[in-house]
Amino acid sequence: MSRREVVVTGLGATTPLGGDVASTWEAMVAGRSGVIALTQDWAQQLPVRIAAAMKVDPGTVLDRVKLRRLDRSEAAALIAAHQAWADAGLADAGVDGERLAVVVGSGIGGATTLLNQDDILEASGPRKVSPHTIPMLMPNGPAAWVGLELGAKAGVHAPTSACATGAEAVAWALDILRSGRANVAVAGGTEAVIHPLPLAGFAAMRAMSTRNDDPEAASRPFDKGRDGFVLGEGSGAMVLETEEHARARGARIYARLAGAAMTSDGYDIVQPDPQGHGIVRAINAALRDADVSASDIAHVNAHATSTAVGDIAEIAALRHARVTNAVVTSTKSMTGHLLGAAGAVESIAAILSVYHGIVPPTINLDDPDDALDLDVAALKARHLEVPAALNDSFGFGGHNAVLVFTKA
Amino acid sequence: MTTRDEITAGLAEILEEVAGVSPDDVAESKSFTDDLDVDSLSMVEVVVAAEEKFGVKIPDDEVQNLKTVGDAVSYIEKASA
Repeated sequence: MSRREVVVTGLGATTPLGGDVASTWEAMVAGRSGVIALTQDWAQQLPVRIAAAMKVDPGTVLDRVKLRRLDRSEAAALIAAHQAWADAGLADAGVDGERLAVVVGSGIGGATTLLNQDDILEASGPRKVSPHTIPMLMPNGPAAWVGLELGAKAGVHAPTSACATGAEAVAWALDILRSGRANVAVAGGTEAVIHPLPLAGFAAMRAMSTRNDDPEAASRPFDKGRDGFVLGEGSGAMVLETEEHARARGARIYARLAGAAMTSDGYDIVQPDPQGHGIVRAINAALRDADVSASDIAHVNAHATSTAVGDIAEIAALRHARVTNAVVTSTKSMTGHLLGAAGAVESIAAILSVYHGIVPPTINLDDPDDALDLDVAALKARHLEVPAALNDSFGFGGHNAVLVFTKA
Repeated sequence: MTTRDEITAGLAEILEEVAGVSPDDVAESKSFTDDLDVDSLSMVEVVVAAEEKFGVKIPDDEVQNLKTVGDAVSYIEKASA
């Protein structure tokens, strides 16, 4: 029996660039930064006082009473998932819930709820702690809410692999659809932890940019002046369907999810393997899974977070895997690093690159690293046919997830 | 001394805040779960807010007896007397 093919039929996102996919994509292609200065009082004592907050606050989109029981990461996931669902034309399509799965992960989960409720506990005692605390902070909360609201009964899953989460969710959804456990899956990632503790924690690792005086220039993957990532927040979600299901209902198809692979480094809890073995194995395996040769990859939406070691290790890995004909970009130069949502939002960008034939720029790439020996879309978007694109995502813990999207 | 109407009005404010219930829908005969769609977690919020607003204690094992708004009004009226 031939393998069940899987296609992308709906996209949704709320990001530092816009409250939906259209506005996010428009800003990406135009090369706008979503990084802003944190002017709140709580930020002033931190070494990092910049972040990429969601452009449209979920509080202006969702009902006030509903927001009382949602962590911000859950709210973002619901917004993105409902957009993707509507974009796929499924809002009134009567999809069989028992054939619908959800895979939505988060890197950190409901940390802001945990911290805010701890403040209440300390100040006012246990009786004032919200009864919604646990469903708000549980890491499967975003997936569970999306599953509940869309009526998914084929399984709701919440993979978590730090900054590879969003891509890993898409990879697991591909497995679910191929194996016949569902016909439709909503997959994505979400994150919302712009709060002093996560900022202080990442800053203590010396992982973040401290370019506080120039927020828009702070995220600069591949540039000699890069000094760490910028924390972003938001969510990306996509509707995946078996091709048979999508064709039968005449759905618009953005791209084919041709293949995926996940590997683990087994090297260090946070440092990437400098040899990039795990990344190379993931790229090779994803290409084999997709039955696409390395030289046919026309575009890579790179993980490149704007850290000294990571960006160039990724370039070396791409070269090692012979992905050398691609126009590479890091949309994190504009969105910042969305952690558990990064792989989802960047996959959406890669899918739109396939669909529209446009590769968004890597902004702030004024002075490329000497070790950068692949073609990066520096500063300006490129117009080119993209028959096949690759999305890389890596996470603390040594997780590597690679997805291949091709023209449907 | 707080009257029953004043307690009902106070509960209506709380119900609007925590559960989005329209104050026009709140009456003593209404069931929290069946008529006003207040789920168990929101009911906990209502109880905690009511304790604060009316300066009373509503023990957890008493909450299951508060089926209607009128039940809650009676309890609060008695507890604050």
